[in-house]
Order: sequence, then structure tokens, then C-alpha cells
Amino acid sequence: MDTPPAVRARGITRCFGDVVALDCLDLDVATGQIHGLVGPNGAGKTTLLGLLLGLAVADDGSLEILGTPVGRALAAPDGVAGFVDGPGLYPSLTARQNLAALVALRGRGARTAGIDDVLDEVGLTDVADDRVRGFSLGMRQRLGLAAALLARPRLLVLDEPANGLDPAGKKHVHGVLTRLATQGTTVVLSSHRMDDLEALCSEVTILATGRVVFSGPLSKLSTESRELDYRLRTSDPEAARLVALDTPKLRVVEGSEVLVVRAPVPALDELVVRLVRADIAVREFAPVVSPLEAAFLALTDQQETGR
Amino acid sequence: MTAPARPVSVARGYRFELVKLFAQWRIRLLVLACWIAPALFVAAVSRQSSLPVDTLFGRWMNATGWAGPLVMLGFAGTYALPLLTSVVAGDVFASEDRLGTWRHLLVAVRSYRRIFVAKALASLSVILVLVAGMAVSSAAGGILAVGSRPLVGLDGHLLAPADAAGQVLLAWVCVLAPTLALAAIGLLGSVAWGRSPMGLLLPAVVALAMALAQMLPLPVAIRLALPSYAFISWNGLFTSPAQLGPLLIGIGVSLGWAVTATALAYLLFLRRDFTSSTYDGPGRRAITAGALPLAGLVGIAVAIIAVSTPALGSGITQDKVQDSLATAFAHLYRLQTAQLNRPDVTEAQQAVTAACTKGGDMVATEGPGNDWRCVVSWRLPGVEATGSAIYQLDITTDGRYVADGDGPKEVNGYFQVRTPQGDQPNPLWQFDGNVELLPTHPKG
Repeated sequence: MDTPPAVRARGITRCFGDVVALDCLDLDVATGQIHGLVGPNGAGKTTLLGLLLGLAVADDGSLEILGTPVGRALAAPDGVAGFVDGPGLYPSLTARQNLAALVALRGRGARTAGIDDVLDEVGLTDVADDRVRGFSLGMRQRLGLAAALLARPRLLVLDEPANGLDPAGKKHVHGVLTRLATQGTTVVLSSHRMDDLEALCSEVTILATGRVVFSGPLSKLSTESRELDYRLRTSDPEAARLVALDTPKLRVVEGSEVLVVRAPVPALDELVVRLVRADIAVREFAPVVSPLEAAFLALTDQQETGR
Repeated sequence: MTAPARPVSVARGYRFELVKLFAQWRIRLLVLACWIAPALFVAAVSRQSSLPVDTLFGRWMNATGWAGPLVMLGFAGTYALPLLTSVVAGDVFASEDRLGTWRHLLVAVRSYRRIFVAKALASLSVILVLVAGMAVSSAAGGILAVGSRPLVGLDGHLLAPADAAGQVLLAWVCVLAPTLALAAIGLLGSVAWGRSPMGLLLPAVVALAMALAQMLPLPVAIRLALPSYAFISWNGLFTSPAQLGPLLIGIGVSLGWAVTATALAYLLFLRRDFTSSTYDGPGRRAITAGALPLAGLVGIAVAIIAVSTPALGSGITQDKVQDSLATAFAHLYRLQTAQLNRPDVTEAQQAVTAACTKGGDMVATEGPGNDWRCVVSWRLPGVEATGSAIYQLDITTDGRYVADGDGPKEVNGYFQVRTPQGDQPNPLWQFDGNVELLPTHPKG
């Protein structure tokens, strides 16, 4: 028997008065996958994450979480954890007390719940007995993640988990999420940081005005997207410029020492081949904006224009 | 298929709320203040020669330790309890809005009803701890500073220390009813206004408005229909027989407010949208929906009291003032006789009567005012002549009065009386009394 998807949404609609936050949305998230949610402000990401956490119920459509139909608010199945709009923490309690209070609420002993383990996992052992009032945003995010981990989730829902994290903290959190996914936990996260999503996610869903404009693997997104801008630094800029101008379906947008070229992915591949053949060393060849970001901008622009 | 997660029990939610409340420095500070400050205040004031005679029982603070907790009770009803309920109950829901923790709490507990019950019970528990602290602390301060001695009641009769202790405890217990009403208003404000400071201030604002209303010359039925009257009606416990009618009505009205306001808060809470992080209250319509039922409750209470008692005027009539003053004088005359080491004269032997007028012939002889003038007459066994003394009475709208002796000075002038506890002012010089506002039946 096949493992059911961690999330299966069909025709989900959710309105707030006259505002349609989610408009007939379909979504599938496979078990053990890190799935990214992207979209401009007001696209419906937080509403969708709220539905996954059981905070609200859809006005129309069906939602299954971990194989269980969810028909009313606060009825998400056991094994769902996470946060939306920042982690809910009590500033007058220490990090450890916040977690201990949560553990007591769930009726487990503080010792057996593994508070020390999750604090260690998110790198907050040194400040475990400090009041959360003095925590930075990044530390709060990590403590929020620790609180979610205490529930030993099978579906982890995170809203902007990398907000306020320094590079080391981000690496730490990425490591935790990747490890969870390899152990079978499904992670659904939203972020405005495209580099984070590209580093973490196997699949993404792009939302615009409550609708899904793309859902699938990142690789598919690159091929579906329009022309990309790439920055090119070589050992011989002038010769490289001539090669670029000679490459079909490719335009040189700007540049002297560093060229910026615009083309679909196959034309970019062709450019690299031609540069190598011409004995021009390629020192840097990178997108000006990430493919995901480019796709995001293109798709959400299309959606906005279509409205 | 995975079963939906079960909601957290109310007991666990209650513990969680208590942990959060007691982690706040202001709650800890309040607990500390309520358990220490009243003792220090009562002990310090009781040892002074100048006593707070404007406050009920203040003039007896250096005579008995049981006066201190009653002075504190009067202060608490006017100021402390509205503010405490504001800080605790008025913030218990709003704090989650301020901290942005609603979603976290809902995901963790998974039941609106249980969250509401846990929060209401936790805030109520903290308020009870604070009220108990004030009662115990003020009593301890009084007993340690002055001692457990008889207390002079509002009709002049002496309560033995054990009886005084019982009545003081009962008075504090009775005040829990209007405190519950204010706490429920706090819950309602906290739910209705979200993070807005109005929610926090609501119990204090409502208590202030009602205290002002009690100072106006309103008909008795309206006065008793407000929950704030229960902050005053405990006075009736210190007369003999106790004036239980206003006390029970006040408690009933307060409990009615507590139940109604809590139910309204619950309904508003259930209808709230927790998916928006910028929630700032349910809007004017919901606030009106919260206020209208409470206004309706006042109307119903006024109608019931007016029909059943009936009490439409000020409740302060000439015959009730005369009865009250005569009774208080008789008890205090007997006390004065004992303090002056004269032969005991019982109240029956004195056959005290009082004749009172108000403001000459220009105004009706009823209602509050400081223009009441009374002549008290009494008899002594074996003496043909009838004694008489004059008093000026200042009667407030709630029926409380201060009787000020206006001669003869040998009877009700100012002089010190030597008592086993030290020198005390002549008990007939100035004393507090209480007129029951509801219609009274003639005593048999």
C-alpha cells in the first residue's frame, strides 16, 4: 500500500469577508519532503500554513493531513507542529521554562521529553536558562523550532524560519531540517529568501493572489521559466563578448569587464561550450537573480497582470 | 489514518496559565505587595494618635486589631480591587495578543473552550491569592499592633473578638462577589479589545463609574442593582441584627454580572478570528453586543428590586434615621458607662428615643445630607428626669452617617476616657452609623 502524501489539498478556498485568501487551491506534499511556499505578500501563504496547523478550516474544498481529513478548526492530527507569524514564546520565561511549560501542557515529563536534546539541536544550550526577553530574533526562531521538535512532528510547518538568523544559525537550522527530512519528517516552510529555499527544498509551490501558479521540483521551474540574466567573468572579457554575441538566442545586456547576458537555459549551456572551445577561462558564471527568484518574479508578475 | 490530536485537559491548561502569570514580575510584585503592605499600613496607622476617622471603622484602629482589616476592605473596594482585577483579568487574554502567542497556544491546547476556562480560572486564582493576602495581612497587622479586642459595630454594639474575627472574614468573603463581577468584566474587556489598553482599563473604568453613581442621589433600587453596591453592603454585617437584605441583593447582583460578563466574553472568544495576526478587537458591533446585555441586566435588576422591596426613594427616611441613631446611642452609652466605671444601664432601661429634623422646614425630612439634627432622649433607672443630647448627622447616599455630638459636653463632648487599652475618645462624641436603605420592619 502506498504511503499517503503528508498534505493533500483539493479545491481549498478560504475567504476573510470579501477578501479571497485562498482560491480553489490544490497542493500535494510527499512524505519526507522539504516543500517551500513562495509568494508575494498577501498571496495566502500564512493562511495556508494556518490551515495545515489546524488554526482555521477551509470554507470549501478538502484537506487531508497525514492521511486524516481535517474538517474543523483545531482538529489537525497528532504529529503536526510548527509556527506561523513567528514562534509563540513567553518573554518572562527562560528558554528551558518555555519548553518545560509546553511539555507539561502535553502531559509529558520534562526529563523524558528531551528538552536538553532539542536545545542542543538548535544550538541554544548555552542560553537555556536566560529569559527569552533578551533573545534576538534569530534565537527566538531557533527556540520556536526547538518547541516544534519537542512534539516529534511528522509534519513540520514553519513560517519564515530563517528570519533573523546569522549565517551560522541559518546553517544550523538548515542542518536540522535536512536531518528531519531524511528521517521521514515532512517540512513545509515559507520564506522570502530564495537562496534558502533553493538550498533546502526539493519542491516549491508559488502562490499569487491565493492561487497556485507553480508547484513542483525546482529543476522543472528553471526549464519553465523565461530568459535568465547571468553574470559572466572570464580571462578575456573582449573575446568573451564576441563569443556571446555570436551565440544564438543570447543577448549581451551590459558589461565590459563583467558581462551580463540574457538567454534561456539551453543558450547559456551553449555559451559555456563555446567559451571553452575558444580557450577562454570562465572565472564566474552565475545568475544575477536565482532561477527561483526569476521564476517567482515572472510568474507572480503574470498573475498580477492577469488580474 | 492518524486520529485528530486530543485537546489538552483544563487542569494542564490551568497550570500552564498559572506558570505564565506568576512568571510576570508585576504579578509577583502585586502578590508581595498584597501580602505585606496592608500589614505594615495597618500596624503603622494603628499606632498613630491621628486616625483615619473619615474611613469606616478608622476611628477604632487603635482600639482593636479587627478595625484594620475593615479599613483595608473599604480601601480595597474603592481602589485596590478594581485595579488588581484590571491588571490580572483585564490582561489575561490581551497578553497573548501583545506577545503574538495565540496561534502557538491554540496549536498546543487545541480547544477554544479549554483555553477560555483555563485562563478564567487562572486569573481568578491569582485574584483570590491577592484578596486573601490583603485580608490576612491587614488582620495580622492589626492583631500584632493592637491586639484582638472587641470591636464596636455600626450600631454601637460590641462584638467579642471571636465574633469580630468571624464578621471580618465574612465581610471579605462577601466582597469576593463584586470582585468576581469586576474580574468577569476584565475578561470581557480583554477578549473584546485585544491588545488595546482599553481592555486592561475596563474593570477600573467600570468600577469608577459605578462608584461615582453610588455617590449620586439615586433611588435605592438603582443603587442596589449595581454590582458595586456589594463593596458597601458588607457594612450591614456589623449591626445587630445584621442588615442582610442589601447584602444578599448586592451579592446576587454581582454574581449575575459575573456570570453574564463571563458568558459574553466566552461567546466573543469563540467567534474570534485567530488567523489574523493584526487582530485589534472584534469591532464596535461586538463591543456593543457585550455592553447591551449588561445594561439589560441592570434594568432587570432594578425592576425586580423595585417590585419586590419596594425601594424607589433614597431609602433614608426620618424614622429609620431616628431608629438607627437611638440604637447606636443606647449601645454606646452603655459602653461609656462601663468605661467610666459607672453602674451598668441596659439598653432597655435607657429607653432611648431620637427626634430628627433635616434642614429646618425648607426641605423634606429624608435623604442624604449633612443637615440632619437629632435630639436623643434617654432615661436612667431611679431618675425622674429624662436626659437629652444633640447630634449633627452627616448622612451619605449609601446610608452611612457620622454622628457628631453637639452637647451637652458631659455626655457627648470630647474628652478622653481611660480604658484598659489606654486613653480613648469619649465613644459618644463622634461615631459611625448606618441606615438600612431597604424598607425595614418594626422591631418587636
